[in-house]
Amino acid sequence: MKKTFILGALTVAAMSAGAASAATLDDVKARGKLECGVNTGLVGFAAPDANGRWEGFDAAYCRAVAAAVLGDPDAVEFVPLTTKTRFTALAAAEVDVLSRNTTWTFSRDVDLKFEFVGVNYYDGQGFMAPKNLGVSSAKELDGATVCIQTGTTTELNLADFFRANNISYEPVPIETNAEGQTQYLAGACDVYTTDASGLAATRATFEDPSAHVILPEIISKEPLGPLVRHGDPEWGDIARWTLNALIAAEELGVTSANIEELAAGSDNPEINRLLGTEGNLGEMLGLEADWAKNAIMAGGNYGEIFAKTIGESTPIGLARGLNAQWKDGGILYVPPFR
Amino acid sequence: MNDLSFVRTEMLPERDPPPSTTGVIGWLRKNMFDGVWNTLLTIASIGLIVWVLGHILPWIWSPTWNAGSLDQCREIVGASGKASGACWGVIHERWPQMLYGFYPAELRLRPTLAFFLLFIALIPVLFNMISRRMNWFLLALVLFVATFFTASSALMIVVQIVLAAAVLYIGYTLVANSGSDRAEQIAAGARRLPNPLIFTALYVFLMPWLLWGGTIWTPVGAALGFVIGWLVFRLLAPVLGTLTAIILAFAAPVLWWLLLNGLFASAMHAILPFGLEPVESRQFGGLLLSVTIGVTAIAVSLPMGIVLALGRQSDLVIVKSLSVIFIEFIRGVPLITLLFVASVLLNIFLPPGTDFDIILRVIIMATVFASAYMAEVIRGGLAALPKGQYEAADALGLDYWKAQRLIIMPQALKISIPGIVSTFIGLFKDTTLVSIIGLLDPVGLSNSIRADTNWNGIVWELYGFIALLFFIFTFSMSRYSMYLERRLRTDHR
Repeated sequence: MKKTFILGALTVAAMSAGAASAATLDDVKARGKLECGVNTGLVGFAAPDANGRWEGFDAAYCRAVAAAVLGDPDAVEFVPLTTKTRFTALAAAEVDVLSRNTTWTFSRDVDLKFEFVGVNYYDGQGFMAPKNLGVSSAKELDGATVCIQTGTTTELNLADFFRANNISYEPVPIETNAEGQTQYLAGACDVYTTDASGLAATRATFEDPSAHVILPEIISKEPLGPLVRHGDPEWGDIARWTLNALIAAEELGVTSANIEELAAGSDNPEINRLLGTEGNLGEMLGLEADWAKNAIMAGGNYGEIFAKTIGESTPIGLARGLNAQWKDGGILYVPPFR
Repeated sequence: MNDLSFVRTEMLPERDPPPSTTGVIGWLRKNMFDGVWNTLLTIASIGLIVWVLGHILPWIWSPTWNAGSLDQCREIVGASGKASGACWGVIHERWPQMLYGFYPAELRLRPTLAFFLLFIALIPVLFNMISRRMNWFLLALVLFVATFFTASSALMIVVQIVLAAAVLYIGYTLVANSGSDRAEQIAAGARRLPNPLIFTALYVFLMPWLLWGGTIWTPVGAALGFVIGWLVFRLLAPVLGTLTAIILAFAAPVLWWLLLNGLFASAMHAILPFGLEPVESRQFGGLLLSVTIGVTAIAVSLPMGIVLALGRQSDLVIVKSLSVIFIEFIRGVPLITLLFVASVLLNIFLPPGTDFDIILRVIIMATVFASAYMAEVIRGGLAALPKGQYEAADALGLDYWKAQRLIIMPQALKISIPGIVSTFIGLFKDTTLVSIIGLLDPVGLSNSIRADTNWNGIVWELYGFIALLFFIFTFSMSRYSMYLERRLRTDHR
């Protein structure tokens, strides 16, 4: 009875404190640092280099937000999170924004009470098989053994796909991607399945990548994006429009090379509004006028970040595909800065 | 007929043992080729060892130390004409990270110093054959060496000179006076050096300060808490009686630590600002994290375990049931559950913004977990003591604490040494579980390193390196426990 009372009191305290500290922006400014949740290690998306500096596609977004809010792209504390701790860390305000290749799903958005602020990478689940297996489509995989990470959406997608196509498979459960690579190379399974970006990164590390094919079928939608807590829409706006600013900058041709020149004033009113020389978009967000300029200068626009971290010039070698601008046949389409 | 004798009257000269029973051949015959089956077994074992080493050694012996990525490793290995070889470039590039995690590179002297001072602090506790002079000599030497890695300044040169003088002086006395001379001098009334246990006590406060930095006044205040407790007991015991004084002596320091220490530290810091650059817990990683968690939990769990074991044997109902509940509850849940409670559940219960350090939470959980096991190990030692020992202590008129301290505990702990050390080793290895809650210990870091495009796909080299690091620690612990058992052996088998 007493214990119940204490727990109840704590909950009330937690809720009142939660209500009191709803303004994440003020907290971040007071702290002088953005706390950003990232993956403990995912090739191309987030990994520490030899000096302990976090690099990658997701980490670059964290730097952009820090630059937009605090004017300093290095004012970020990276909090490495596992799949098991990521949501509680965000809910318990241990991180201000979670940029950890998280799939936007209905239940995460609604039931877990998070706010996905957009999609920074459209992924999907694919299959990889050795070339000498002789398959050219996932539908020919009847009776195959499949290496699959347990406890993820990929496991459920796999079951759905095989049932829908009325073929059978034998799962080989694995825990981590590293284990998956080793098992697959040792021949413990015929096929390895995970997100297509992960497959490409994995294949790039093989001694002979050309001996393996990634099958054409993409069997699920995995829109990965950053997310924030429910209950602070102003902070959500900042996170959303920072991402949009990076994408819009690519669309408008604003790069880290020409941004100083364009920030002095240009003929395109949308660029001027984005970079703060016209209008008061920054003020509406509660930020400085040059917020988007800082965000873009942190690591370049969306296309530059993509090319530097996971693009075709990197060992991972991902094509833009769906993640190209809408004008180039992709589905990146940001609302106007107006 | 007199000279007829049925026994020898003179000794035969000693002869060498037959060559087949001495030397290498004798040892081999006795230990390896003693009979058909043993010979077969030996040959089979040697064959197995040769086969395993024949596969592993060429893999390990791979000139890839300077490679910058897995691809370069493959080129080097391919050029040397081998089918496969280890890629040691990853260890070359990342070993500082594996040891220190994200600890700022320019401050890494601090954890290194804390690590070496740990041994100096432990020596007087663990070994009794080292003299006081030797201990202070080692301390001065470690500090002296450490000063060479700091930024030079006028103050540092003075410190260096002082430490050099101390090293030389104590070193000279060590060489000039043998142990027995020194013992005579002491018997004649020469002044002894202070007890090195003083440094051990100081180290408890020094270590967190070196690791986390911040103002010096926080550890000073923490130490003051113990002084306050002692003073409260001393002043109040004659007035209020022992029991009340003990309770107050526990309550007063806790109040001090919770309420007043922060004020004290900031006030003193305003007057006399002196401190080290603070390092946040998030920057701890690698072996540093494992050792921090392991050492703290090991050091705290032993006394906690003793108290719990005694509590479980106590006649006082409340003490006994609390101990039993604690032990059984903690032993009944897996460590990983406790870690999740530390990382996840506490966050939800504590109000947001409460900055309850994640490493501290993990240390508390690991300590609690280990002390429950420790309590049962020590209870085993207590149960193994003959009842006569307890009765003898009573017959001597010793009170409970004296009997425990002088008669029961020394014997019970001696019996439990193998169990205690097993628990320690298990606890140290369990620290790798923190990678599951996102703390980057060596195992967690190996995953992060693999996420670097240069090193993606490297598995065995990293795990081998981690295994080697852990083996050094656990094997030393196990050897120490064997040394301790030999030293404490009093039975006459």
